[in-house]
Amino acid sequence: MIELILGKYNYWIYITLMMIGFYAMISKNNLIKKIIGMNIFQTAVFLFYISIGKVSGGTAPIVWDGAVRYENPLPHVLILTAIVVSVSTTAVAFALIIRINRAYGTIEEDRILEINRQGTGE
Amino acid sequence: MNLVENFPALVVIVPLISAVLIPPAGRISKAFAWYIAVTASALSFAISGFLLNSVLKTGRISYWFGNWEPPWGIEYAVDYLNGFVLVVVSFIAFVVSVYAKKSVEDEIPENKITFFYSAYMLLVTGLLGIIITADIFNLYVFIEISSLSGYTLIASGRRKAALVASYNYLILGTVAATFILLGIGHLYMVTGTLNMADLAERLPQLYHSKVVLTAFAFFTVGLSLKLALFPLHIWMPNAYTYAPSAVSAILAATGTKVGAYALLRIMFTVFKLDFDIHVVPFTKIMLVLSSVAIIMGSVLAVAQTNIKRMLAYSSVGQIGYIVLGASLAGETAMAGSLLHILNHALMKGTLFLAVGAMVYRTGIEDISELRGMGRKMPLTMAAFTIGAFSMIGVPLTVGFVSKWYIALGALETGMWYFVPVILISSLLTAVYFWRIIENIYFKSAEHAGQVFEAPAGMLVPTLLMAGLCIFFGTAASLPVSVAQKAAKMLLAGVM
Repeated sequence: MIELILGKYNYWIYITLMMIGFYAMISKNNLIKKIIGMNIFQTAVFLFYISIGKVSGGTAPIVWDGAVRYENPLPHVLILTAIVVSVSTTAVAFALIIRINRAYGTIEEDRILEINRQGTGE
Repeated sequence: MNLVENFPALVVIVPLISAVLIPPAGRISKAFAWYIAVTASALSFAISGFLLNSVLKTGRISYWFGNWEPPWGIEYAVDYLNGFVLVVVSFIAFVVSVYAKKSVEDEIPENKITFFYSAYMLLVTGLLGIIITADIFNLYVFIEISSLSGYTLIASGRRKAALVASYNYLILGTVAATFILLGIGHLYMVTGTLNMADLAERLPQLYHSKVVLTAFAFFTVGLSLKLALFPLHIWMPNAYTYAPSAVSAILAATGTKVGAYALLRIMFTVFKLDFDIHVVPFTKIMLVLSSVAIIMGSVLAVAQTNIKRMLAYSSVGQIGYIVLGASLAGETAMAGSLLHILNHALMKGTLFLAVGAMVYRTGIEDISELRGMGRKMPLTMAAFTIGAFSMIGVPLTVGFVSKWYIALGALETGMWYFVPVILISSLLTAVYFWRIIENIYFKSAEHAGQVFEAPAGMLVPTLLMAGLCIFFGTAASLPVSVAQKAAKMLLAGVM
């Protein structure tokens, strides 16, 4: 049991963070808070990727005399791309929220739904 | 190095470069933006056609980026399956880009038009990239490119409800893409490779590993969200209803089809059929879900009063057909499912283009206000009617061909109980389209109106698509032969 928790702590951390983010995305009423949740959700996945690049006893992947094993740099490179994607998604989401705020005068989801229900959304 | 050798890369790079060129060109003259978009999508279509043709002649084409041999480098590959989907998507992208000119002038604020075309070309880049890539991480990157440009396009109109629809799509789309990313990470953990063919080779020894099962679960949920399979379709109706007409047309005709393609690619070539049936009951789960999607999509469509929303719910049902055909896991049904990718793209494209032309002229979206429209816009409504008959599955239209193959495939695999599902849904489809046809042809308008047909720039693409609905319904041998080859390939699990 302790082996399961301590030996695989990186997975526990990523799953916990991911669920916190997921919860915020589902349950928060404020559009900005949902995006904060989304960022936590995505960051959890980044941590997962970074942790799988770890090779026990490995050093930084730079060729030098005396290096026996290297860490695997590929997951790190992959996640750089995913970080860029995450930043762009956040930017698009913020742009949308700014326009929603201008059009509806609020960024609370229940208020927006109420306004949509009253009007036709034109 | 000659040009033809680089065609697999150019399919994606031409629209990508055009997306970069459009904003500066649009500063010089607004007209340039549209010309560049049309030229680039026409080029992509021509290249796709050439690629499919050479695949049919010589077999799979593999392209190595920077000449790095796979699995180390990124590989682009064209085979029967994605050559076929590539041609479908690039063709629709071309037709809609021609159509977009008038409709965009009407629906998008003038200072945003240039950026609209730029985002449109990025969407096309993403969709074509998803189809052609043979590298699973590259697939994720293209999914995000197409999704991000999709969110901006949906929100680009003047309606404020579109903003909320786009925001909700963004949240769910990100969940989907992140799940796919996690799936990729788990596969990489146990195999150490990202190339699809290499993964397919290494995975069978690991089929019972818990990590592979987790990856499979993430892929299933992520991709089902992307293609809007029934319980995960909630982002779709609002997005299609409030988006500008041209955007609804391209997303409905190609966006979800590309999701379906990605599902087929991962579930039948990266994982093999053996895994889907014997290790996890994937095909069984999908059979149930898709049948529910087919019925529920049609039932919900009957209940709608807004015509665009009705078409969106009908898409939920039609996506069910594609998944049903694939999960029956027989050659005929699989061919039917692939044909439905082409056929649904054609008929949904026709319907959304016709509705867009109608909205452009009249602004009407409510079904009850369509009275007498058949006299006011005879050609547009004729195209709409052809699309509607095709959705119902009337013989001599494309809808009949693919439904026939799926039903035949269900009988062939001994699962006859899916035939009534197809029949009931066709009946419901007839019900919800009949309401419209009755209104436009058999009820006279309150004010005797004059004819005011849509402008030629919108009418010609709409009629072209409607014509193809009939053409491929009567002369189905070409798409059928390609789909059968692709189906054979998918079920054998070869790349």
